[in-house]
Amino acid sequence: MDPIRESLLKTSKKTRRERRGRIITFACILLIVVMVAALLLFVTFKGLATFFVNHVNPISFLFGTNWNPGQKNPQLGALPMFLGSILVTIFSAIVATPFAIGAATFMTEISPRTGKKFLQPVMELLVGIPSVVYGFIGLTVFVPLMRNLFGGSGFGILTATLVLFVMVLPTITSMTTDALNSVPRNYRESSLALGATRFQTIYKVVWRSATPGIMTAVVFGMSRAFGEALAVQMVIGNAALMPHSLISPASTLTSILTMGIGNSVMGTLENNALWSLALLLLLMSLLFNMLVRWIGRRSSLK
Amino acid sequence: MKNGKKVHDSQLSDRIANYVFYAIALVICLILAALLIYILVAGLPHVSWHFLTSPAKSFQAGGGIGIQLFNSFYLLVLTMIISIPISLGAGIWLSEYAKKNWLTDVIRTSIEILSSLPSVVVGLFGFILFVLEFNLGFSLLSGALALTIFSLPLLTTNVENALQSIHFTQREAGLALGLSRIETVWKIVIPAALPNILTGIILASGRVFGEAAALIYTAGQSAPRLNFGNWNIFDLSSPLSPFRPAETLAVHIWKVNSEGLVPDAALVSAGASAVLVLTVLIFNFAARYLGNRLYQRMTGGQN
Repeated sequence: MDPIRESLLKTSKKTRRERRGRIITFACILLIVVMVAALLLFVTFKGLATFFVNHVNPISFLFGTNWNPGQKNPQLGALPMFLGSILVTIFSAIVATPFAIGAATFMTEISPRTGKKFLQPVMELLVGIPSVVYGFIGLTVFVPLMRNLFGGSGFGILTATLVLFVMVLPTITSMTTDALNSVPRNYRESSLALGATRFQTIYKVVWRSATPGIMTAVVFGMSRAFGEALAVQMVIGNAALMPHSLISPASTLTSILTMGIGNSVMGTLENNALWSLALLLLLMSLLFNMLVRWIGRRSSLK
Repeated sequence: MKNGKKVHDSQLSDRIANYVFYAIALVICLILAALLIYILVAGLPHVSWHFLTSPAKSFQAGGGIGIQLFNSFYLLVLTMIISIPISLGAGIWLSEYAKKNWLTDVIRTSIEILSSLPSVVVGLFGFILFVLEFNLGFSLLSGALALTIFSLPLLTTNVENALQSIHFTQREAGLALGLSRIETVWKIVIPAALPNILTGIILASGRVFGEAAALIYTAGQSAPRLNFGNWNIFDLSSPLSPFRPAETLAVHIWKVNSEGLVPDAALVSAGASAVLVLTVLIFNFAARYLGNRLYQRMTGGQN
C-alpha cells in the first residue's frame, strides 16, 4: 500500500499512545476500586463467620455484656468495647470541637496572618506526629497524672479522651477552617454594615452558614477517633468490662482487636469473634462516611 | 460610664470573644510546644550513635533501634515504589479522563471510603490477603502492600488536586502543538504540577513512616538480626530482602510498651519517639522547603 494512504487509514501513533495511556491510568484506578471491594468483602465474610459458622446470636453479640471468647463456655458480648469506643469518640469530639471551632475562627476571622504563620504549621505538625507517640505520651504523662488526680490506675476512658482530643483536633480544625473560608465575603460585609460587631457577625452569620461544614468536620473527627487503635490501646487499660466510670480501665473495639488477634488461632471461635469486631468497626466507619455524605447532600440542596 | 463613653453589651462581648479566640489559639500552640518539648527532652538524651545503630534487646536493658530504624526507611521506600506509580496513574485518570457519570461516582466513593477506613482494618485485610492468601508471610513486602492501600487515597487525591491546579491554557497549548492528551499530561502538566505532587508525597511519607497499626499484622513484630554485608536480596538475613519479617520503629514503640518485657521500655520508647518525631518534622520541613524551591525554579516566580 502506498504509505500516505496507509498512514491515513491506520490509527496514528499518537492515537495508539493516547489509548495506551488511557488504559494504563484506568487500570490504576480500577486497581483501587477492586482493592476497596475486596477489602469490604473479605472483612465482611470473615466477620460473619461467627454468626454463620459458630451460630452465635447477633443480638446477644451486640448487646451481651460479657466477653470471654477463649473459655470453655465462650461468652461473646461485644457491648463493653462497643460502648467504650462510642464513649471515647463522643467525649473527644465534645472536648475537641470548641477548640477546633475557636482555632478555625481565629485563623479565618480574627487574625488570618498570625493564623497562617503559627497555627497552620502547628496543626500540620500535630497531624504529623505518629499515633504511637501520642500513645506513649499518654502512657507516661496522662496516666500518672490521672492516677494522682483521681486515684485508681490512671488507665481509662478519661485518659483516652485526652489523647484522642489532641489527635482529632487538627482534623476537625482544618476542615472547619475550610468551611469558614467558604462562607462568602459579602455575608460578613453585609453583617458588619448593619452595625453588628465582629463577634456578632461570626456568631450569627459565619458560624450559622458554615454549620453543615462544621458538622462534617466533627463527624470526620469522630470517625478518626473511633478507628484509632494503638494510642487508645496504650492508655485505656484494655479491660473488657462494662465501663462504669471514666477513670476505670475500659476497652474499645480497636484495643481488643489489636491485643487479641495475634494471640488467637485462625478459624477458632475466638478468632472469628475478633473478626466480627473488625466488621463492626468497618460498618461504623461506613456509617460515619454516609453521615458525612448525608450532611453534604442536605446542605447542597439549599 | 465615667469617661462618657458608653460600652455596649455587644462591644463587651466582642472584646471578650476576641480574648477567648486568642486564648484558644495560644492553648493549642502551648499543647504542641509541650508535646514537642516533652518528647525531645525525654528522648534526646537517650539518643546516641550506639542507640541508633545497635539491635534491640528482648529482655535486657540497653537495646538500640538500629534494625527498626533501617526497616522503617526501607519499608517507606518499598511502599513508595509501589504506590507512587499507581497513584500517579489513578490521579491522571481522575483529573483528565473522568466524566461525570456513575462510574466516576463509584470510583470517588471508593477512594473516600478507603481514606476513612481505620488503619487496623486495613492491616487486618493485608493480613488475610497478603500474609495468608498470597503466602507472603509476615514480611516487608506484605507490609509495603498494606501501607500502599493506606497511602493510595492520600496520594491519589493529592496528584489529582496538583494536576487540577494547572491552568487549562497549558493543556490547550500542548494539544495545539499536536501532542496527544496523555503526552500533554506527561510532558507539560505533570512537570508543572511536580512541586505540589512532591510535597504531597513527602507529607504522605511522614504518615507512612509513623504508621503502626496497619503493620502489626503484615510486616510482623519481630526484627531478626541482619547481616549488612549480605546483598543477596533473596537471603533472609540480608537487609535488602523484601521477604523477611520487619518490625518498624513505630511498631517497636508500641510493642515495648504493651508487652513490658524490656526493663528500660520507657527510655527506649522515649528515644525512639524522639527519633520518630524528628524524622516526621524533617519530612514536614523538607516538603515545605522543596515545594517552594521547585516551584520557584520551575516557574521563575516568587511564592
